Order: sequence, then C-alpha cells, then structure tokens
Amino acid sequence: MIEVQDLTKSYGAVKAVDDVSFTVNKGEILGFLGPNGAGKTTTMRILTGYMPATSGTARVAGFDVFRDSMQVRRHIGYLPENPPVYPDMTVEAYLDFVARIKNVPAERRAVRIDDALRKTNLEDRRSELIKRLSRGYKQRVGIAQALVHDPDVIILDEPTVGLDPKQIIEVRNLIKGLAGNHTIILSTHILPEVSMTCDRVVIINKGKIAAVDTPQNLTSQLKGGQKIRIEVEAPERRLREVLAQIPGASRVEVEPGRTGERLEVTVEAAQGQDIRSDIAAKIVQNGWPLFELRGVSLSLEDIFLELTMDDATHAQPSS
Amino acid sequence: MHGLYAIYRKEMGHYFVSPIAYIFIGLFLILTAFFFNVILAGVIKQSFQMEMQSMQFGQPSSFDVPAAVLRDFFGLLSTLILFFTPILTMSVYAEERKRGTMELLMTSPVSELEIVLGKFLASLSLFAIMLLPTASYLIFMVLRSEPMLPWRMLLAGYAGALLLGGSLLALGSFVSSLTENQLIAAVITFAASLFIWVLDIARSSDTGAGAVLQYLSVIRHYEDFTRGVIDTSSLIYYFSFIALFIFLTVRSVDSMRWRRA
Repeated sequence: MIEVQDLTKSYGAVKAVDDVSFTVNKGEILGFLGPNGAGKTTTMRILTGYMPATSGTARVAGFDVFRDSMQVRRHIGYLPENPPVYPDMTVEAYLDFVARIKNVPAERRAVRIDDALRKTNLEDRRSELIKRLSRGYKQRVGIAQALVHDPDVIILDEPTVGLDPKQIIEVRNLIKGLAGNHTIILSTHILPEVSMTCDRVVIINKGKIAAVDTPQNLTSQLKGGQKIRIEVEAPERRLREVLAQIPGASRVEVEPGRTGERLEVTVEAAQGQDIRSDIAAKIVQNGWPLFELRGVSLSLEDIFLELTMDDATHAQPSS
Repeated sequence: MHGLYAIYRKEMGHYFVSPIAYIFIGLFLILTAFFFNVILAGVIKQSFQMEMQSMQFGQPSSFDVPAAVLRDFFGLLSTLILFFTPILTMSVYAEERKRGTMELLMTSPVSELEIVLGKFLASLSLFAIMLLPTASYLIFMVLRSEPMLPWRMLLAGYAGALLLGGSLLALGSFVSSLTENQLIAAVITFAASLFIWVLDIARSSDTGAGAVLQYLSVIRHYEDFTRGVIDTSSLIYYFSFIALFIFLTVRSVDSMRWRRA
C-alpha cells in the first residue's frame, strides 16, 4: 500500500530524512518511533503530499506522491501534529467542510460524517463549537477529519499527545479498530503505544532508520538477552560469589533493598539460556530467604534507548 | 471546482458566524452615513453660495449638486476602502498558517488556485455586501434630483469601488500569504496600498516615466469611474492588477511546501 524508497529530505546541509526505505502492507498498522526531531513528521508530510522530497520516491496506493499528488491526497486521511480545526465552526460543519474538500459526493456526505462521528465518539458533540471543546475532544475531531472520506491510508502524527490516560486508551482502541479496512501509519515518541497498537515498528533517529521489525521481535531479539531480578536476604559478598559461579550469569548488580536486610539483585543472562532455576537452587541451598525471582525481558524502552543513543558501540543494530 | 466552492462557503461562514462581518459592515455604514451627511451639507451650502453669486452677477447657476455629491462620496469611499481592505485580508492566510489548517487544505485534493480564488471571491463578496447598503443614500438622491441624474453615474461609481476594492483585496491576500503574523500583514498591505495610491503624484511630472507611474496608480483609474466614465484601459488595469496578485498568491501558497515549516 505504501512503498518508500531511498527517501531523503534536506534543508540546506541538514538532512531531516536520510535515505529512508520501508513498505507498509494493506491493513497493517505501522508505528513510527523516534525521539523528537528524528524526522517522523517530515516523512509523514512527504507521504501526504504536503512537501516534496529532495530525492527518492514514495508511492501511496500505487500513486507517486509527487507526480500524482492529487490522487494520493484522495486516498489519504491525515492528522497533523496539531489537529487542523477551525475554532469557530461546529464539529459537524467542520466535518462537512472537510468532506467537501476531500471530494465526498453530496449524497454520501451525511452518512460519512455520521460514521466518523460515531467512530470517534463525538455524536453528542456534533453541534458544539470546536473552540469550546477540550484538548482531547479536539484531537478526536482531528481524527474524525482524517476518517471522513473513508481513505485507504490514514496517517496520524502523534495521535495521543495531550490526552489523558482514559482518552489514550480510547484512541488506541479506535486505531486498532480501523486496521484491516485501512492502512495506518502513526508516529509517536511514547514506547508502550507502539507495542500496544502496531503490527510493525520503524525506529527512526536523526533521519535514518535504526530498525524495522515487529514489537515482539524487537523485544526478544535484542542482544543482552534476559535480565533476572532477585530479591533476597543474604550477605552481599557470599551472594556475589555464589551467583558468579552459575554458568551463563554475567554482570551481577546488587543494591540494598527497600526493607531491612534484603538485597535487590539484577543478573544478566546470556542469550538463550534460562538460569532462573539454577539461581533458585543455589539460594535455597544456602538457606537464604528468597522473596522474589523473575525474568525481565528487555523492554522496548531499552531497545529504543540502545538504538537511538549516540554511541558508536550501538551503531549496528539488529533488524 | 468543488474545492473552490467548499473554500468559498467556509470563508463566508467564517465571516458571518463570527462577529467579523457584522462589525465590519456596521462600522463601515456608520462612517459612510456620517460622511454622506457631511458631504451633502457641504455641497448644499456651496450651491447656495453659487446661487447668491449668480444672483449678484446676473449669470444663471450651473452647479450640478447630485453629481458633486456623488463625486465627493465616491472619493471618500476610496479612502475608507484603503483603510478597511488591509484589515479584511490580514487574516486570510496568516491565520490558516498559524492554526495549522493550511496543512489540511494542502493535503486535500484541492489545487492552490482553488484555495486562492475561493478565498479571494469570499473577501470580495463580503466587501460587496459591505458596500451595497451605502447605495440606499445615493438612490434617494438620484430619484429626487431634477433633472434626474443618469443611473449610469451611480453604477459606474460602484463598479469602480468594486474594482478598486478587489485590487486591494488581491494585494492584501498576497501579503497575508507571506507571513504568519496578522499585524504585519495588515501594516504591509496598508503601506503597499498607500504607495500605489500616491503614485498619482507623478501626475505633476511631464516625463514619460511620470505618465507610466500615473497609469500605475490605483486611484487615477478610479476617478474616471466616479465621473461616470468606464474606460477600457482602466478595466484592463484593474483586471490585470487582480490577476497578477492572484497569480503571485498561488505561487506564494505553493512555495509554502518548499519552505521549512
């Protein structure tokens, strides 16, 4: 549905987007993840036909975004970073205007507007002025606007920014509900969002793609494997000795626990090895009271930091 | 052209849903009504003086009161237009850019020309609606004049006012498309309008350049209209002026894509 090839956008000497390539399949939700200023918005603006690329091509629904811009725009619904609303209009009048400029034929307009209002839960606010709505509702109007012409592709730039936790969950569910019929790209700098909503993730940093994969693969594949957290009551030196003897265990970190004699220990295990039972056995052998023992897989957060950190040792990410 | 109509409709809605249109029309009518009274009183006083003089010297009076009122009134109208159009156009693009709605328009299947024309026609319509009620003052005067003043005079005057207003609105829209700041847009539009206004000063110079500058002045052509003369060269002047600035605005809107936002 969307094919991006060697896309580059330069502003003078600065490359906001640098040789980016990826594809999005029909019905998929692709997450665009990166720190602020990574080039997410620029990439989206190129895809929507708002600005031209310096070099490279992008095709949406089979049309080139530069040469067949009008066709592409017919197939795209786009929510920019700030919802592009007119404060003096009512929600309904605004959606009617958007439906008109998006070329929705007169006889289908009312149906489409009702549908967009229903999907975004705005039915009871339809005749309210947009300037009277809260930030969360404005954001919903922005999403409704991107849906009103029933586009094949929906591009959402930070759709949950500025919303309260309940609204964020609603918006995520809404986005998940749209997948299948629509192909969706959404950008975010909030990590859990990606693992919760997206089928695939593109991690972008300083204009370059750092990784493309499913959230699950990214989480499991990453080097370093598993971390194990232990809460135990034991003398620190003995504990270190014992843990160091376990094959596969590395980097033992010990911190004083929250209560009394307890210690909080983090052990890193080599990839593919489960050393939890070994640890448990050793601790029990020594007769130390064990309070907690659990495996912590590297969160997307760790991966993200690892990939986007300005560190030469992390220059070759797995993907 | 579905996009043009949608934009036009939205702009008109914006004017009339918010207080903008009512404030504009109201203020404009108060000012024009006040000045019409002043002008009428002034011309009547002047005609009495002429009458007295002609009685003293025994010559018949040849002072055309309605024509004088008409000329003075349209002269005043042009000054008001100079002040009102920059305020009317200052927000046309500046506000869309600031609110981020320009991004919506430019990622919709609507051409830049449709956006620009839709907005221009909407501002021209508001301007025409503003102008229309002022005709009521003049219509009464024309009907009561003896011999009746030709309607042509009135129509030519309003045609001139519309063309002058249209030109300044096109200029103002262009300036508004260059900046995000409404105040800057209004000030620059006013300064630019004033400048092409006073090119007329070159009238005093006899050189070829003086004649060219004089032709370029917006107000020079307007004066023909207020005397009931519709000159083809004036029509061409105003239409080219409007077309030029619409073209420039289209280019300017298009260039927003290439600028770093």
